[in-house]
Amino acid sequence: MSRDESVHGLVDQLFRREAGRMVASLTRSFGPAHLALAEEVVQEALIQALKRWPFGVPDQPVAWLYRVARNLALDRLRRHQRFRGKAEAVKQSMTPPEAEDDGVFLAGEITDDQLRLIFLCCHPELGRDARVALTLKTVLGFSVREIARAFLSRESTVAQRLVRAQRRIKDRGIPFEVPGPQELPSRLDAVLEALYLAFNEGYGAHEGDRLVRADLCAEALRMVTQLALRTDTGRPAVHALAALLCFQASRLPARVDVDGDLRLLAEQDRSLWDQNLVRRAFGHFAYASEGNEFTTYHLEAAIAAHHSKAAGDEDTDWAAILDLYDQLLALNPSPIVALNRSVALSRVQGPEAGLAAVAEIEAHSALRDYYLLPATRADLFSRLGAVEQASDCYRQALARPCSEPERRFLERRLASFTQEVASA
Amino acid sequence: MPAYMLLLYDGPANFDFSPDEMQKIVEKYYGWRDELERSGKLITSDRLIDGEGRVVRRRNGEVRVLDGPFSETKEIIGGYFAIEAADYEEALAITRQCPHIDYGTVEIREIDQLHGCNAR
Repeated sequence: MSRDESVHGLVDQLFRREAGRMVASLTRSFGPAHLALAEEVVQEALIQALKRWPFGVPDQPVAWLYRVARNLALDRLRRHQRFRGKAEAVKQSMTPPEAEDDGVFLAGEITDDQLRLIFLCCHPELGRDARVALTLKTVLGFSVREIARAFLSRESTVAQRLVRAQRRIKDRGIPFEVPGPQELPSRLDAVLEALYLAFNEGYGAHEGDRLVRADLCAEALRMVTQLALRTDTGRPAVHALAALLCFQASRLPARVDVDGDLRLLAEQDRSLWDQNLVRRAFGHFAYASEGNEFTTYHLEAAIAAHHSKAAGDEDTDWAAILDLYDQLLALNPSPIVALNRSVALSRVQGPEAGLAAVAEIEAHSALRDYYLLPATRADLFSRLGAVEQASDCYRQALARPCSEPERRFLERRLASFTQEVASA
Repeated sequence: MPAYMLLLYDGPANFDFSPDEMQKIVEKYYGWRDELERSGKLITSDRLIDGEGRVVRRRNGEVRVLDGPFSETKEIIGGYFAIEAADYEEALAITRQCPHIDYGTVEIREIDQLHGCNAR
């Protein structure tokens, strides 16, 4: 680009995309034990761009990044004896992709090395927390600070977790490869779980930076979609998760109103749901039904599909949803699933049935700090007209940790009951 | 038209940014720079290469060359923008919009065009 050309611009997410690809290529050259070094080199290349590009844009930004990262990598190799003989591999793997302006190349598709990197970061030898942290950092390109903010943990905690995970990769000799066809489905499960958790972290609206959280959702969804589009990984379970995440993401614009207040599914303005995402969701859902895989993602996507099909809360097929929750609970007997099922049950058999179902799980230790348990009871009581019990439950809910919008929501509900009691 | 030199000093190196954050920062500079170009106020700009430099001076009749200009505690000039502006007021207004003030320091100096000495 010449100097006097007046409009500069970079392809959207160019840094994130190329960082992911370059880390993957370098990890192949260096070996998975040196994942941290690959990340360091790429980070250094991006920092150089950050410092130098403000004064003039290179003609071919992607080629520039590759060249700088390649030179930095070769420089590191020269300084370390143990890397002897790896220079050739680096030179080969760090050739910038051809045809920088080619639209096909600019699509977000993941390279084979990136796929290997995903399987490396989600290896079953690593703990669940480590897999999620590595996926966010290495695969999805979030900084330690951003991850810490999203998970409400300290930067040092996240950094330590990453270091430990990288050490484990080294100690266990975890390979840089796509698992064979026998192993692939089960290995893919861990990948899907990590992406599912990353998405939920973005969707859960606990607190912290709202933008980062929308980013988490978008990046997790993008990665799941890319896995679904590949022939080797596009299994029904992947399409089921892609469908689920598309359905969830389609409601993001309606989840919070103009005042930043939380909107429950029943109160959402459904015209705000992103119909493009809803269409994509149904598309993935159709692929998910091919073959004989049947996962919790299928059931969760099916439940979400029912909500998307209903014109409004009143038109929702709660009997079908309850049936799906029964199946989901059989596959995943978690108290949180049971709590959600009790809501569906109350819509089919009435609030008393819902309260009875909640009573069965309320002593569960996993729900001790879960504000949605008392909030659900409060809602069921209010539907019975039991204003005092409902108010009590909202107070209990407010005593448990929740986000600012959630707290405002609970206070609003509580205030409406207090007024009712006063005017009665 | 008076001309000004904006000297951009690099701030303390803390680069724990994600790739996306870095791209957004670069794009902020581009937006600022594009505006300067569009309004015809940008004369030139350059980045100075990191990590190498020489400081030359004569001491007691002898030319001394030192590696520099770096000392650990000082901010270093990372690059500059030469711009046209009506006065310091305008140069300052432009600098206030410069994203660099979030990450480092910007020093503004008017370029002496030796008016009054030039043959007209």
